Amino acid sequence: MGTVTSAQQKLGNRLANVMIVVALIVFLAPIYWIGSTAFKPRNLATTVPPTILFTPEVSPFVKLFTKRVQLKPNEKVDYDNAPWWEKIVIDGGERISRSGKGEVQLSGYPSRFLNSLIVAITSTFLAVAMGTITAYGFSRFKVAGEEDWLFFILSTRMLPPVVVAIPMFLMYRAVGLNDTHIGLIILYTAFNVSFAVWLMKGFIDEIPREYEEAALVDGYTRMEAFWKIVLPEAATGIAATAVFCFITAWNEYAFALIMTNRKAQTAPPFIPSQVGSGLPDWTVIASGTALFLLPVAIFTFLLRNHLLRGMSFGAIRK
Amino acid sequence: MAEIRLENIQKYFGAVHVIREVNLTIKDREFCVLLGPSGCGKTTTLRAIAGLEEIDEGRILIDGKPVQDLHASDRDIAFVFQLYALYPHLTVFENLAFPLRATRMPDAGVRKSVTSVAEAIGITHLLKLRPSALSGGDMQRVAIGRALVRRPKALLMDEPIGALDAKLREQMRVELKRLHLENGSTSIYVTHDQVEAMSLADTVVVMHDGVLQQVGSPSEVYLRPANLFVAQFIGSPVMNIADAQFRQEAGRSSVVLHGEAFEIPSQALTMIASKPAKDIALGIRPEGVVLSHAESPGAHQVGVHLIQPYGPFDIVDLTVGTSTLRARTASGFVSGKGQRVWASLDASQAHFFDKATGASLGFRLE
Repeated sequence: MGTVTSAQQKLGNRLANVMIVVALIVFLAPIYWIGSTAFKPRNLATTVPPTILFTPEVSPFVKLFTKRVQLKPNEKVDYDNAPWWEKIVIDGGERISRSGKGEVQLSGYPSRFLNSLIVAITSTFLAVAMGTITAYGFSRFKVAGEEDWLFFILSTRMLPPVVVAIPMFLMYRAVGLNDTHIGLIILYTAFNVSFAVWLMKGFIDEIPREYEEAALVDGYTRMEAFWKIVLPEAATGIAATAVFCFITAWNEYAFALIMTNRKAQTAPPFIPSQVGSGLPDWTVIASGTALFLLPVAIFTFLLRNHLLRGMSFGAIRK
Repeated sequence: MAEIRLENIQKYFGAVHVIREVNLTIKDREFCVLLGPSGCGKTTTLRAIAGLEEIDEGRILIDGKPVQDLHASDRDIAFVFQLYALYPHLTVFENLAFPLRATRMPDAGVRKSVTSVAEAIGITHLLKLRPSALSGGDMQRVAIGRALVRRPKALLMDEPIGALDAKLREQMRVELKRLHLENGSTSIYVTHDQVEAMSLADTVVVMHDGVLQQVGSPSEVYLRPANLFVAQFIGSPVMNIADAQFRQEAGRSSVVLHGEAFEIPSQALTMIASKPAKDIALGIRPEGVVLSHAESPGAHQVGVHLIQPYGPFDIVDLTVGTSTLRARTASGFVSGKGQRVWASLDASQAHFFDKATGASLGFRLE
């Protein structure tokens, strides 16, 4: 480019690059740890110092998805006829438990993962939808006591949610919402909606009113103008808000632990619960965690362009 | 096409009275310009006609039908915004088609209308682009096209070319005039630029503090300003305004401005005496201040204070008593500061105002 750089600036650039590398190492080290442990043989998972070089295995993933029992000292298994993935488990001193009909029994992980998806996606959709409409109202119409309402909406986030966990649990039990998808969805939507309102209000404030006014004089109703003009223009903001809401709902641990135990349990409380069953198998926990990271990573990656624009959006006044 | 009529419009923003008792009729096919300084209520008036702003009192009639309680979408008028308001996520074609889609017009009809309006404003080559790829002038062309495509009853424009640079503004002004002559749509145009107003309008409406100051053709508001505000707002450079005392001695009548006497016809004194006004202000445009290098009867010797060369003419500030008087001369007529010249007033270009009310005394000397 045409910019003139001085020697000092070059040094500054180099320093900045070094800082970025250092920051990346700090941020990515835990990810690497989880990722590598997910493919380690069980005996290498807990060595001190950590094993860096090893032959990767898929056994942790096989174990993650299946129900297993320890082999008894003199137990005979049909090793020769077992499929390759079952052999890995038998090699580790366990066997996959089967139903009476001989079908492989799945572990709790797939259904917990599905629960996480259902709860996080639904609550994100609800929170963003409600947040966008509410923000539009605050942004475009005269609302009596607007400032107070907005403060009130945000005030729901001013104490740690866990503080209200016990009363919430009692209320949920009384109305039969504990251990249900709908219960968690309501809870996460309520967490996120205040955040979504504030974030979306900023984005919608940035959309010039003239766009809608142009649509209004051109023969559209306000609702149509909202759908055809405001929503497409707010897409960036909606994407950014959705990512934040999804991450919050996806990663929520405390309430999921308290409010659910089986049917509607999400992955976060399930994964560590595996530490307690038998001897801790860290490779299985790591593989469960690694898979659990993927949806957020994919979601964020798909929306990354919107997200980057979204974060800097509104930082500069026209 | 339509006649638009405003009857006793009142509008408040909280305690601020932004439109006061406005009565105005815009005839069918007329190009009406609302002219005034910022904050005078002209944009609010325009938005009220469009239905983007509610009025507190009065009636708005389009073709005799009251519309003040109708939604903007039901008034069948088009609006051009200062910052174009083109939808960034739609192509130029879709921007132009947008108003037609509201009427659920079939695709073939949409394509035909869009193409014909795009040809009329010369943007056929831009139809596939997004607004962000256009220049300011082209964006405004598209915005005007979007307003025309539906063939609305009236076309409302809020400083549509105010954001363009000077050269482009001039070009767009000519195009707007041509479009109006071709389409003949009833148009209301808001601006604070008197050049735009004078060059485009059939009728100029001068507004100040929410009150209509004068309604008339461009030459009427220029030649016969109804009050001091209009006199000073229209015309560039600004009209000279000075407190005036009138004297008659030795058969010659004169007007004293800033302590210096200039001769005027005695007819003026008779006219003024017949009016009830006590204190008079005299207004005279720079072209009414006549300079000469030789002494002439009734002229007064003054010093040159400042010269602004405009190209085809110079604007010269003269020191008159304690103040200045501005004159327009042929370029290069005076050579520099401090030069002494003879100045006289062209009485036929003098305006007389009642200082107490600001209103014109309503006569000009022939």
